[in-house]
Amino acid sequence: MKNERLSVRTCLLLILLLMGTMLLCVCVGSVFIPPLDTCTALWNTLWGLEVPAGISRNIILNIRLPRVLNVALVGAALSLSGAAMQGLLRNPLADGSTLGVSSGASLGAVAALAFGVTIPGSAYGGTMLMAMVCAFLSLLLILFLAYALDKSLATNSIILIGVIFSMFASSVISLIISFAGEKVRSITFWTMGSLSGTGYAHTRILFMAMVLCGGVILRCSRELNAFAIGEDNARHIGVNVRRVKLIVLVAVSVLIGISVSVSGSIGFVGLVVPHMTRMLAGPNHRRLLPASMFFGAIFLLLADLAARTVLSPIELPIGVITSLVGAAAFVAIFYHSRKAG
Amino acid sequence: MKHMLKGNSVTVRYGSHTAVDDLSFTLEQGQWLMLVGPNGAGKSTLIEAIAQGVPYTGRIELEGRDARAYKPAQLARKVGVLSQRHSVNYAYTVEEVVQLGRYAHTRRLFGGGDDEGEERVEQALERTGLNGMRRASVLTLSGGELQRVFLAQLFAQAPQVLLLDEPANHLDLVYQKQIFSIIREWLAQPGRAVLSVVHDLSLARAYGTHAVLMHHGRCVSQGPLDGVLTPENLQQVYGMDVYGWMQSLLKKWQAP
Repeated sequence: MKNERLSVRTCLLLILLLMGTMLLCVCVGSVFIPPLDTCTALWNTLWGLEVPAGISRNIILNIRLPRVLNVALVGAALSLSGAAMQGLLRNPLADGSTLGVSSGASLGAVAALAFGVTIPGSAYGGTMLMAMVCAFLSLLLILFLAYALDKSLATNSIILIGVIFSMFASSVISLIISFAGEKVRSITFWTMGSLSGTGYAHTRILFMAMVLCGGVILRCSRELNAFAIGEDNARHIGVNVRRVKLIVLVAVSVLIGISVSVSGSIGFVGLVVPHMTRMLAGPNHRRLLPASMFFGAIFLLLADLAARTVLSPIELPIGVITSLVGAAAFVAIFYHSRKAG
Repeated sequence: MKHMLKGNSVTVRYGSHTAVDDLSFTLEQGQWLMLVGPNGAGKSTLIEAIAQGVPYTGRIELEGRDARAYKPAQLARKVGVLSQRHSVNYAYTVEEVVQLGRYAHTRRLFGGGDDEGEERVEQALERTGLNGMRRASVLTLSGGELQRVFLAQLFAQAPQVLLLDEPANHLDLVYQKQIFSIIREWLAQPGRAVLSVVHDLSLARAYGTHAVLMHHGRCVSQGPLDGVLTPENLQQVYGMDVYGWMQSLLKKWQAP
């Protein structure tokens, strides 16, 4: 229907904003690279041309660019999942981790780190694989429990089981940590989230997940609008409530599972970014979902930039930045909007 | 003639509690069937069963076909439901909520395909007097206005049967009358029927054509309004003289 989608102008603006942020993030770091050099390097590589000597091709293409792409994709995935869950469960406090899948993924990764599960030839392969497997197993377990409790997949039972499962997974993680000995440092660092050292292999997986699951979620915009207004109302206007719920939950879980397996658990993005976006774009998911993706990517890019520059050469865990900045920004915006409205 | 809606031995159980017990009914074109009875008689549960919202035994037929065989969107094109209360969490506009009524009429895969959608939405906004507040956030509306928004959504959905679950229960008299008058106007077109739960017997008397009187999930009496809402029946169900009370209240609906 008319004027439900984002206007072309807004879309272009968001794309430009995202590109600008990505460029900034590639240029700024321990070594500053002039934006023009970055553009030249990217342009020439894209068309298979020789990159002029004097431009740090290695830093741009092999270190910063993959990381920036991964950060943007993870930010978009977390934020999109959060927006979808807040609509589906009709609860502004929900996010991608409400279902418990991110805790499951964390558990898998922590177990991999603690017990030294590795895949030969890839430093993070074992962690990632275990995180994905555990994310998937958690999803199966949570859905099985929710079904066993209540065949109609009632929202309240999903939230309850998700929260309880998260607590369970957290306590198992704590248990593993208390026996982990000298590995505690790497585990703790991972649970706070970091995208340092991620490469193009991660980008490919994230991109594929984003196209598939993100596409599925975006296609459910109308259904999510109906859910956000009320589940009974959704059923009454002809939405296949159970099927849509299952589809969205699985899509969100896959996105979250893969994101967590790449970046560790990064809090707050999925909760706060959709909130802020809703204040700007309104609650209609046809605008909210795509806008959340852009803002999620931009937010996490800036957080990652801060994480690696503020106390350089020490790199902070990105999850610390998102929660610090996110909480402060959220409180400020929330109070401001309450006063204004 | 095929019945628009027909229930045969409909039974709904919640655990050991039987909410609707072996109830049969029919609804024909042009009828406004009032479900009446005391609290806990199973009226709302019956509405939910017809809308396929709760599991039931027995058979409910919609235009001669088992209602269970309808897909959700197919069912929504035939039957629309208006609930008693709506709580909204997000700041959707009135127009957005009403537009969602067209959901069952749009093709799944590529959206669109709903040629008369916009016109229907306009008509629905017009009919419910919401034209002036189409851009308003539903969070800012009063209970009566919100109920009109969902009624407009229902009109946009364009079903043939309306199921109303105490649509005006918590509203002021003026709004109650407004809502019921709008629905009566809607019913005047051929090929339509209304089934509604009402608490207020005088309201049932003023707007209904037929009634089903329920008590503890069972049907006590059904048929044309006059034959159902008799002093004897009401005395039996409510255990007090609600007939006289109903008669005295009836005037309020007939005032200009």
